[in-house]
Amino acid sequence: MNGSLVGSYVVPVHPHPLLVPEQNEGWSRLRAAFDEARDAIKESDADLLIIYSTTWPSIIGHQIQADPNPQWTLVDQDFHDLGSMDYSFNIDADFAEAWNEANHNRGLQSRTVAYHGFPIDVGSVVALKLLNPDNKIPAVIVSSNVYANRSETTVLAKACLDVIQKTGRKAVAVTAMSMSNRMFTEFIDPSDDRIHSLKDDEWNRKVLEFLEEGRLEDVAQLSRTIHQQIRVQKVVTFKPMWWLSAMNGNRNNLTGRVLAYEALHGAGGAVVQLDPTSTGMGDKEYDEDDVEYYRGERNVLDGEETTEADDPLTPSSGPALWEPPESKGAVNSKAAPKPVGMYPHARQVGDLLYLSGVGPRQPGTNSIPGGPIRDEDGNPVEYDIKAQTRAVVENIARILEEAGSSMDKIVDVTSFLVDMDRDFAGYNEVWAATLGHYGPTRTTLAIRALPTPIAVEMKVIAKI
Amino acid sequence: MTELPPTLMAKGSIVAGCLAPHPPHLVYAENPPQNEPTSEGGWEQLRWGYERLRESLSKIDHDVLVLLSPHWQTYVGTHFLGIPHFEGLSVDPVFPNLFRYTYDMNIDVELSQAIHDKAKGSGLAVKMMENPDFRVDYGTITTGHMVNPAFDKPLVVISSNRSTHYYSVEVMQEMMMELGRVTREAIEESGKKAVILASNSLSHRHFTTESEVPEDMSKEHIASHAMHLWDMRIIDYMRTGQAQRILDEMPEFTEQAIAESDGGGLTWLLSTLKVPDYPAILHGYGTIIGTGNAIVEWPCYANEGDVQ
Ligand SMILES: [Fe+2]
Repeated sequence: MNGSLVGSYVVPVHPHPLLVPEQNEGWSRLRAAFDEARDAIKESDADLLIIYSTTWPSIIGHQIQADPNPQWTLVDQDFHDLGSMDYSFNIDADFAEAWNEANHNRGLQSRTVAYHGFPIDVGSVVALKLLNPDNKIPAVIVSSNVYANRSETTVLAKACLDVIQKTGRKAVAVTAMSMSNRMFTEFIDPSDDRIHSLKDDEWNRKVLEFLEEGRLEDVAQLSRTIHQQIRVQKVVTFKPMWWLSAMNGNRNNLTGRVLAYEALHGAGGAVVQLDPTSTGMGDKEYDEDDVEYYRGERNVLDGEETTEADDPLTPSSGPALWEPPESKGAVNSKAAPKPVGMYPHARQVGDLLYLSGVGPRQPGTNSIPGGPIRDEDGNPVEYDIKAQTRAVVENIARILEEAGSSMDKIVDVTSFLVDMDRDFAGYNEVWAATLGHYGPTRTTLAIRALPTPIAVEMKVIAKI
Repeated sequence: MTELPPTLMAKGSIVAGCLAPHPPHLVYAENPPQNEPTSEGGWEQLRWGYERLRESLSKIDHDVLVLLSPHWQTYVGTHFLGIPHFEGLSVDPVFPNLFRYTYDMNIDVELSQAIHDKAKGSGLAVKMMENPDFRVDYGTITTGHMVNPAFDKPLVVISSNRSTHYYSVEVMQEMMMELGRVTREAIEESGKKAVILASNSLSHRHFTTESEVPEDMSKEHIASHAMHLWDMRIIDYMRTGQAQRILDEMPEFTEQAIAESDGGGLTWLLSTLKVPDYPAILHGYGTIIGTGNAIVEWPCYANEGDVQ
C-alpha cells in the first residue's frame, strides 16, 4: 500500500472566525478562507486529517488523541464572552495507536489519551469544526511538547509518515498556530483589530511570502529566528513548521497559496494551503540534520547525558547496512530492517517466495528488541530471547505482506540459534504462540554466530 | 444584612496567606472519591504538609478562599469567575492519566466583583467570566481540593495574566502588586475574613518521562541541583520574614528556576499580605516530577496588629 500526504494547511487558533466572523471584516475573510480550505480538502479525497496543535501543550513527550468520539462544550479561557463551542469529533483511534507505536519505534516518548471529558484545545476545535464540519474525514490530533526540540519534532513527523505509508492513507496535515502571537493585552472593539505592531506584520508577510513560494523547509529552518522576532516567549515556540516541513519531506518546492491573512486580537492569523505538487522551482538547500531517530533529551540542566552507548537497544557497532538490490523478482520492504549485504529481503520464483534470513533488528532504528547479545567491546550481555523471537516473526510478517503473501502461507522455516541451551525454550514458546499456529515445517540449528549481535534468525519459504 | 458604609461595617481581613501548589499528582495520590484514577499513594511529604495546613486553617475562622491559579491563563487582562456555582468534570490535559475530577464549587461573586471593580479603577484590564459552560481550570480545583476537600467555603478565582511572557517579570510584578493591594482593600471593605491562596510551584523544570507507576517515589527527585538551591533560598526568605527579598530576586528566580511564580501568584500573595516581615510556617516541601513545591502559610491573624 502506498499512502501519502495529499495536502497541508496552516490555520489560526483563535475562535473568532468560528464564533463571531460577522463582527470584523478580517475575521469574516478568515472564515471564508477556512471554508475554501474545507472544500479543497473535500475535493482532494483525503481520508485522514492530522492536526498538530500549538494550543495543546504537553510535558511527557507527545500526546495523541485516541477517543473515537470525544464530545464536550469548550469555552475559551480568554474569549469566553464570544460563546461556547460544542464539539463531537470522529477520531481515528487505530491510526492514533499506530502512530504512538511508531513514535516509540523511533525513540520518542509518546502516549495516546482517550478519556471522557478530555479538554480538546481551542486550536484543534476551531480547525476541525471549520475544516471538517460534518466529520466525514476521520481525524487525529497531536500535542505540541513544550520541551521538544527540532529533532524530536522532526522524528514525530517521520513516525506519522511511517504509519501513513503503511496504512495507505491519503492524509492532510494541519498546523493550528498563530503567525505572530502577540495579542493586545487590553480589551478592544472588534472594529479596531489590527496586527499588534508593524514589525510583527512585516515578519508575518515575509513568512507568508516564503510559504506562497512553497519554501516550507526554508521557513522551518528560520523557525528559531521567527520565534525570537515575533513570538511571545514560553507560549509555544514556532515549532509546528518543523513538523509540517518534515511531513512534506523537507521540501522547498511545494505549491503554496495564502488564502487569508488577518489580525485576531492583534495576533497574526493566516490560512495557508500547501500542495505537494512540485513547482519545479526553489532549490532545496538543506542545512540541518535529517534526523531519523530520537536519542533523548540532552539533559543540559544536570549534565547526565544519555549517549548512544547507554541505549541498550542500539548496537553501536556491527556490519554496514545495504540498500537491498532490485533484482528480478525481488521484494523489498521499507518496513523491514536493511540487509547487511547485497541481497533482497525476498525473491519470488513462480508462486514461491524465498526470504533471506530474517533477524529481530527494527527497521529505521536498527535497534534490537530484547537487547543485543554482546556490547560494543564484544562482552556478552543479558538479552531477552522471547522479545527477539517475537521481533523476528513481526519482521517476517512485514516482508510477507509487502510481497502479497501472509503468515498462513509459510511452507518451511529454518531457524538459527546462537545458544541452543540457553534459548531453545524461550524461542519455542514464542514459536508455539505465533508461527506454530500456521503449521509450517521447521528445522532448528545451533550456529556459532550471526553477523549482528542477535541470537536468532529464521529462513522462510512461503507460497504467494 | 443591611448595607452600611464601609467605615461602619465590621472590618474584613486577611487571616492567612498561603503558597498552595496544585500538582494533580497530590489529588491522585490521595484517592478521593471525586477523582477517577486510583493510586498506591505517593508524594507523602507534600500531602502531610497539606494536612498540617488544613489543620492550621481549621483553627482560623474564615469565610472565603481567594485564589490565583496559573492554569487559567489569560493573555488579555485578568479575569474573575463571575457566576455563583460551577460543577463538572475536570480532566488534566497534561496528566489525564492522573486527574479526572468531578468538581462542585461556589463562588463569592460579590467579593469577586468588588476586587474586579477596584482593579479596574486602578487601571488594570479586568473581566468577569460569566459563561456558564466554562470549565474551571485544574490548578484551581487541585489547590481548592488540597486546602478544603469538602469545597464548603466559597471561592474567589482569579486568572493568571501572562504579562511575564508578554513583557517581563518586572511588569508582571508591577501589575500583581497593584492587584494584591486592591484585593486586600476589597476584602477589608467586604467585612469578610479571607484566606489567600497562591497556587504555584517554585522551581518548575519537569522530567519529560513518567515512570511506569507514576507514584514510584524511588524515581522522584529535584530536576537539578541548581533548582534545589533556588528553592531553598526562596524558602529561607519565607521562613525568616524577608518577603521583600523574594520580590527583589523574582526576575532571577523566575528565569533561572523556570519558576511557576511567572504566573504572578506569589507576587500577588505577598502584596495582599503587605510584603510580610514576619516568618512564615513551612508546612512541607517536596518535588513532583522534578519540580519544587512548598506549602507555606503566613499566619497574618497572629502578626498583623489591626486584625481582630
Ligand atoms: Fe502548574
